[in-house]
Amino acid sequence: MSNYQNIFTQIQVRGPAEMGVELPRGDFGRTGTARFIHWLGRFGDAQVGPIYLGILGTLSLVCGFIAFEIIGLHMLQQVHWNPQQFIRKLFYLSLDPPAESYGLRIPPFNEGGAWLMAGFFLTLSVLLWWVRTYRRARALNMGTHVAWAFAAAIWLFLVLGFIRPVLLGHFSEAVPFGIFAHLDWTNNFSLNHGNLFYNPFHMLSIVFLYGSVLLFAMHAGTIMAVSRYGGERELEQVTDRGTASERAALFWRWTMGFNATMESVHRWAWWFAVLCPLCGGIGILLTGTAVDSWYDWGLKHGLAPAAYP
Amino acid sequence: MSMLSFERKYRVSGGTLIGGSLFDFWIGPFYVGFFGLTAVFFAVLGTIMIIYGASIGPTWNPWKISINPPDIKYGLQLAPLREGGLWQIVTVCAIGAFVSWALRQVEICRKLGMGYHVPFAFSFAILAYVTLVVFRPLAMGAWGYGFPYGIISHLDWMSNTGYSFGNFMYNPVHMIAVTFFFTTVLALALHGSLILSAVNPRPGEVVKTPEYENTFFRDFIGYSIGTLGIHRLGLFLAVTAVFFAAICIFISGPFWAVGNPWSDWWNWYTQLPFWRTGGPV
Repeated sequence: MSNYQNIFTQIQVRGPAEMGVELPRGDFGRTGTARFIHWLGRFGDAQVGPIYLGILGTLSLVCGFIAFEIIGLHMLQQVHWNPQQFIRKLFYLSLDPPAESYGLRIPPFNEGGAWLMAGFFLTLSVLLWWVRTYRRARALNMGTHVAWAFAAAIWLFLVLGFIRPVLLGHFSEAVPFGIFAHLDWTNNFSLNHGNLFYNPFHMLSIVFLYGSVLLFAMHAGTIMAVSRYGGERELEQVTDRGTASERAALFWRWTMGFNATMESVHRWAWWFAVLCPLCGGIGILLTGTAVDSWYDWGLKHGLAPAAYP
Repeated sequence: MSMLSFERKYRVSGGTLIGGSLFDFWIGPFYVGFFGLTAVFFAVLGTIMIIYGASIGPTWNPWKISINPPDIKYGLQLAPLREGGLWQIVTVCAIGAFVSWALRQVEICRKLGMGYHVPFAFSFAILAYVTLVVFRPLAMGAWGYGFPYGIISHLDWMSNTGYSFGNFMYNPVHMIAVTFFFTTVLALALHGSLILSAVNPRPGEVVKTPEYENTFFRDFIGYSIGTLGIHRLGLFLAVTAVFFAAICIFISGPFWAVGNPWSDWWNWYTQLPFWRTGGPV
């Protein structure tokens, strides 16, 4: 039994680099040339680059860099500019939002102003990158599904750092920048609001998180398993069904009595992935605004046990 | 017959692991096979046990029904039916049903001339489950360390088990697992989006080719992993997420004692002798 499981690409063809389909007039040119990396080619495509940077991409990277620098330099200041201590305490360092007493006002730089500024530039960077995602798809006359999926993630990001703090009237509610700091924040958030596990939108978010992992394992596994029939050529299989699609569909039909199609499996994938941050954002937004304790909420609706476990 | 238009030519005999052609048939859209029978047997028996457990329990509220593992005092023994014995039977049934399902997938793969990637991936999910209800309880010396079967009760178990290690998110392997879980969702969103955006282009435009997929991703982030590569990546990310999830709970208890906060684990790093070379700490 020496079935070909297609774990790595064994033969790589090196033609001239693909420089990409033509861009519409008025767009900038692409940046950089194409390079080939053999070990990348074992797993996926060997070609790296070119990239389209344009004004939006460049501005987004600059804003992201400014945010990164504000956070990093603030952390370095906390260890009195000692690089060794910076590495030692990297995970413990954080840039925290202003104290509750500042409300939504702009605090002094070293008392949360830096946090506000880093957040501003990070948000700007993310939003510029969103516009870029939308425009790159349109420049190629493609659908804008990537941009709208990205928007779902931005929704969660804005709820955590901006929308919910504004509704509650102070930026101190927002998440700090820092490795352990954001884990502490998450932990305390749940403890302060009666255990987030009783929050139905948190439940849904987790369902879609695990569901996405399950779906990707199912889909990617199926496509790899029919790759010997050319199953990875999904766009061709969508428009002109071949034996790879038929076997992939029948595998699931025979296993669980139901199958997607080569196109619809990607709609399942898109919705599962998008609903994860979408539901998560709703759950966070309701916490502390509409519902103070999810345990009390669960008790009221016959969900939670009478004695807190 | 509930067959797809192209289905008949694929319904051939053979490919079974056990039972020869005895169970080599379909019921409606479902393939049966020897492992179909065992899967149904375990699933039905396990479900009946859960319903029986609910009937002798305090509530029919579906959120609150819970089949609990035995008390810690029973150790690794069989417990009386009403005091955790049901949980033990349900666990055996669940493992039986899951393994049957995986082996049935193998038979279907063989029948369709496909690779074994799906049952391989599914076996990691089974591994994670068995780690929670068998390996970790075995390593800690009591079935009582398994998690209860109930919607809210398993969340309470998660919460309480997590907090018995302080903030569980400081568990380094939990960090790795969460990173892989989130990355899998990101990759799935990107892959699903890319295919949909090529198949559903601007109104009036023709459906796009893989050339466009590659161009979009190179324009977007400077790299396109390719049609085959994205599925390798997706399978790897998903399977690795589940693998590290199993490891992160297995080390919590058997190797890092209950009651020890995971945040203390990081002390080895801040206490490395190396840091003393840079002057006073």
